Amino acid sequence: MKLMPPLLLALLSTVALSSHAKYNGEDRGKPVMPPEINTKWQAECSSCHMAYPSGLLPAASWKKVMAGLDKHFGVDASLTPAETQEITAYLTKYPSNRWTANTAPLRITDAEWFKAKHFNKGEIAPEVWKRAAVKGPAYCNACHLGAEKGDFNEHNIRIPK
Amino acid sequence: MSFTLRPSLALACLAVTLPLLASANPILDGYKAEIKGNFSAAAGEKLYKTVGPNQLACASCHTDSPKSAGKHAKTNKVIDPLAPSVNPKRFTDVAQVEKWFKRNCNDALGRACTTQEKGDFMTYVLSVK
Repeated sequence: MKLMPPLLLALLSTVALSSHAKYNGEDRGKPVMPPEINTKWQAECSSCHMAYPSGLLPAASWKKVMAGLDKHFGVDASLTPAETQEITAYLTKYPSNRWTANTAPLRITDAEWFKAKHFNKGEIAPEVWKRAAVKGPAYCNACHLGAEKGDFNEHNIRIPK
Repeated sequence: MSFTLRPSLALACLAVTLPLLASANPILDGYKAEIKGNFSAAAGEKLYKTVGPNQLACASCHTDSPKSAGKHAKTNKVIDPLAPSVNPKRFTDVAQVEKWFKRNCNDALGRACTTQEKGDFMTYVLSVK
């Protein structure tokens, strides 16, 4: 009986901690940009859109993205097997280091950290996303001036009119 | 004073002119070796403007003229002109050419392109001056 209260306490605090995990465990990494830049990753991903830093999603997400490049959000973005392997290895070497949930969204904009920062606080009016110079939430660099370098600091944001 | 043609000079002249005579584009030559007939710029232009099952044509992103800069239909990313007459980097790397034919034929036509189609397409784009 003497052992019970500490055990119970430990159990309760674990439950309490996990239920209060930041962004339900779906947090982007710190930093989001890996310490090394893979030139193939940069060239291939940025040939159609901004090359999203790997720390924005967990490794399981990147594996799914890279396994489905022939149908990449409605577009054929397929690579050679060697390129796919190299870029997958790079992305999964530097995934989010703060993602604890057992989840793997395909879209960065579906991650809890993203939604919390962009949709849930009421800071950004829905009409902002529809502006021609913004286009939508996938276009980080429309507002985050240093996005391509992995700089998402809130002091480095300019929302186009 | 007499002029004699030195063999080394003659060879140098040949080396310069031969590649020009052989072909305008080695990648197109590669496709040519795979088919029996000829390529047609008119057929290539028709293909360029064909709207496929996804309501997309090559021209949707590359614009009506291969000489103009285009815009990705989904991401808005600027696409450099396709025509080598204004963008000499185009159609110089066979791996790049094959990569984009695979992707874009799938997106625009919903299927892979044949060698005939790729050759027609290139013949058209190379002919746009």
